[in-house]
Amino acid sequence: MADVCFQMKGTAVTAVVMDLYDYSCAAFFQQLKEKIDSAPQFFNASPLVLNLSQYNGVLQPDQLIQVVASCRELGLQPMACKAVADDLLSTVRQLGMASLPASNTRATEIQAEPVSHIQQAEFRPSMVITKPVRSGQQIYAEGSDLILMAAVSEGAEVLADGHIHVYGPLRGRALAGVKGDTDARIFCRQMEAELVSIAGYFILNDTLREQCWKQPAHAFLEGESIQVAAI
Amino acid sequence: MSKIIVVTSGKGGVGKTTTSAAIATGLALRGFKTVVIDFDVGLRNLDLIMGCERRVVYDFVNVINKEASLNQALIKDKRTPGLFILPASQTRDKDALSMEGVQTVLNDLAKDFEYIICDSPAGIEQGAQMALYFADEAIVVTNPEVSSVRDSDRILGILQSKSLKSEQGGSVKEHLLLTRYNPERVAAAEMLSVADVEDILAVPLLGVIPESEAVLKASNQGAPVILDQDSEAGQAYLDAVSRLLGEEAEHRFLEVQKVGFLKRLLGGKK
Repeated sequence: MADVCFQMKGTAVTAVVMDLYDYSCAAFFQQLKEKIDSAPQFFNASPLVLNLSQYNGVLQPDQLIQVVASCRELGLQPMACKAVADDLLSTVRQLGMASLPASNTRATEIQAEPVSHIQQAEFRPSMVITKPVRSGQQIYAEGSDLILMAAVSEGAEVLADGHIHVYGPLRGRALAGVKGDTDARIFCRQMEAELVSIAGYFILNDTLREQCWKQPAHAFLEGESIQVAAI
Repeated sequence: MSKIIVVTSGKGGVGKTTTSAAIATGLALRGFKTVVIDFDVGLRNLDLIMGCERRVVYDFVNVINKEASLNQALIKDKRTPGLFILPASQTRDKDALSMEGVQTVLNDLAKDFEYIICDSPAGIEQGAQMALYFADEAIVVTNPEVSSVRDSDRILGILQSKSLKSEQGGSVKEHLLLTRYNPERVAAAEMLSVADVEDILAVPLLGVIPESEAVLKASNQGAPVILDQDSEAGQAYLDAVSRLLGEEAEHRFLEVQKVGFLKRLLGGKK
């Protein structure tokens, strides 16, 4: 039994996002200090994402360095820059920060993906699990649908890039479209889930209890909210 | 062909050791040469339940470390012919067990015994994983309450993924044993019913052991409760052994028993 040294997991980190509109050295520092002094506990050592998408004009590399230095001096922890112009990329890297894509470009990327799948007509067989998924187990169908023919216990987690079908009771957590497919759905014969998620949007057990509880049901995404309906 | 059966649960205090002692004794009573091994190194209890604590000289860890031979460490049960006990060490901890060592001991035992019962420690850590790794069958002991059921579910998952059988592409045969079952409290909705537990765990039911004073009495006297054949618990364990051997036996003691007028008048205890 060789013990595993680590496990890779996805997580969402709460961070403060700073939309930078304009920059002049003294005014920026002064305003930031006032802001932080208004709620020192909240900002203390808080991770910070610097969003440059709404910046008026062109931010120079040395200005970016000053912004980051000011933030660090005031106790924030800048960890990433969003919507970085190409000529600033090397500066961001030098500062030891990550570069994140601007939100809207990411959305268009996701929309573009299914089209290319259709063009390639790549066939990925669904993953079929015949045994119960027990508490503490995790099943991930990468790039395909997931079909579960027995129960998903409380404390178990089933994930798929595509749809999820559960023919036993669904009592654990089910996450469909984990890579962002908003058309993914979750079908089950007995809805008793702890959590149901599609493309990152999720609802919890207490919401699920209001509709189709212990009944055959399917969950799908409508806009930004998950709907549960009888089948 | 010898069969290795692990008695496990995840949660502690649900009756693993009581069950190991009862099932091992039951198999020996049916004429099978049986050994029961205590895997709970450091928290040795099986010898107490079996009433042989004063006869422990060498233990499982001594055998693994080749400080004693298997025959020196095995304790012959005085009541039941064909039953042997391999006690755990009280002075060591679970790291003293090595996979190779356990395998060697089990292989040696398999030459002589028809059934090898492994009494697992609580938890899901190395000690418990070691006890279940080589198992052919598993008896998962569960109490009718949610935390015990959840832990049993977890251990069933480990049986599926971290046993030798599963690594070879097979599967460990699973049995559910519900202990400390109290029909009155189920009727009052204070306990999960057999149906609830079966529904959640989806494992064939080996038996239901009613909550009984006889169990505590048996533990304190160091005699496996299955020998107390007047008690409901003892009879329920006998039924469970029959089912383990593939026989059909009706489940008993599941319903609230009606106390007769005369008995109530005389205040008789069941």
